[in-house]
Amino acid sequence: MARALGLALVVAAVLAFPLSVGPYPVKLVQEILIWGIFAMSLDLLMGYAGMVSFGHSAFFGIGAYTAALLLPKWPGLLSALGAPALAAALGALAIGFFSIRVGGVYFIMLTLAFSQMFFALTFQNAFLGAEDGITSVPRPLVFGVRISSLGAFHLYLITIVGAAALLLHRIVRSPFGHVLRGIHDNEERMQAVGYPVGRYKLLAFVIAGTVAGVAGSLYTQFVGSISPDAFLWTTSGEALLMVIIGGTGTLNGAWLGAAAFILLQSLVSSYTERWMLILGLTFVLFVLFAPGGIVGALRGRVGVRS
Amino acid sequence: MPALLAPALLTIDALTRTFGALSALAGVSLTLEARERRAVIGPNGAGKTTLFNVITGQLPPSGGRIVFDGRPITGLPPHAVARRGVSRSFQRTNLFPRLSVLENLRLSAAAGAGGSYNLFGRVERVTAPLARARETGAAVGLAERLDTAAGQLSYGEQRQLEVGVALATRPKLLLLDEPTAGMSPEETQRMTRMLEGLPRDVTLLIIEHDMDVVASLADRVTVLHYGEVLTEGTFDEVKRDPRVYEVYLGSE
Repeated sequence: MARALGLALVVAAVLAFPLSVGPYPVKLVQEILIWGIFAMSLDLLMGYAGMVSFGHSAFFGIGAYTAALLLPKWPGLLSALGAPALAAALGALAIGFFSIRVGGVYFIMLTLAFSQMFFALTFQNAFLGAEDGITSVPRPLVFGVRISSLGAFHLYLITIVGAAALLLHRIVRSPFGHVLRGIHDNEERMQAVGYPVGRYKLLAFVIAGTVAGVAGSLYTQFVGSISPDAFLWTTSGEALLMVIIGGTGTLNGAWLGAAAFILLQSLVSSYTERWMLILGLTFVLFVLFAPGGIVGALRGRVGVRS
Repeated sequence: MPALLAPALLTIDALTRTFGALSALAGVSLTLEARERRAVIGPNGAGKTTLFNVITGQLPPSGGRIVFDGRPITGLPPHAVARRGVSRSFQRTNLFPRLSVLENLRLSAAAGAGGSYNLFGRVERVTAPLARARETGAAVGLAERLDTAAGQLSYGEQRQLEVGVALATRPKLLLLDEPTAGMSPEETQRMTRMLEGLPRDVTLLIIEHDMDVVASLADRVTVLHYGEVLTEGTFDEVKRDPRVYEVYLGSE
């Protein structure tokens, strides 16, 4: 009950935010929401199924480019959500089919290699705008209304990101989600009691990829353009940092990790060019002293590695 | 003992498994009747665990055939063998250490019920595997420990849970790899009583070094030596066999 009340308060505060302050803080919140849901989809893989992917940018990029290609011609929700989600799901199915066969470092390297392939492909493809990417992507039309004002886009973003977050929360509590935890804890035994582990991992990979695709599409709509950098390994790496800083295997830690990352970036970069250095130090300190991330520290598990 | 007409539950025919130049299994044949309780004994390195690994699909065989419940299972992956109704425990405890005892058992019970791609339901509302998990927890003497993380259990309790996880799938055939390994005499006794109390319709194939456990549990005993079946018979028959004494019992 207290939790539900707390949640309602947070949602209300985020909703009311654009009304009370100027556009810059609102944009920061929007960026946090987009990166937060992207990181949360990665946490489903890392924190629950125990699959550390370094190629999650592939699906972010696929979603982002699908929206950028379709929105100028067909500005509806199908272009803004349906097609990017579907394209990312298909991409995840193909990449996952090969990647889940290997574990540990090999899985990391394979997913990284696939995402870099997408980067190289878009970087050289004239149809996709090559290194400049695709610019002047219009905002979508929802029920005939163009989501162009700051407030309207804020509402639109919260609705979609909120729905995706609820979906992920629901999944980790489901029987399927518990199978993923079992695989994380002891894959061999899961197989021995009768779970076709590969199929479960592939489904988790596709779900995470689909949500990442939606995040990518929202990012295109947020910025109004997309460049091949979306596919770059740094996009995957940033999401990975957000998950770890926020707290792996907590889902909601992704919000905190994204907020810490983006606020630090915008704050520090206004003082010094070396914001990456500060961020790196922060990350090192977290891994050393709060391996449970922000959520772990809040729960008082500082220094305890689960 | 089994009537001639009863079809065998498990038929192993000329099973081989080599590791390089080593023949861990050099043509093992073995027939297990439904409801039978069979012990496999033999000195270390006789191929007992390899036999289990090949039956359950953890290792592909180099040759030979395995038929379970009328259908070939030779070379099937572990999950597929488990789905047919063969479950196993491991010699080295192989649990879900961070999950609770109840969740260890529930995951196994849910696998036995066909697994789950249910993405949106709630685990607490899917009651059949939960009921099976509690029932199995009680059967292996862990009813009071259901909420404890498996990794926090005592060694003896972990061994009990090891058997419990294998049992929770409702197997037709249960393979137990040294369930009393490393246990104190009291713990061994408790485990033996627990295994004796298992329903008779669960066929047992058990690797065991403790001859008291073998004597009280097994209907028949198969002796493995250098990857081959040395002899087979009731415990008393096997005990009187001078070859068995020479390769195994005498060295104890």
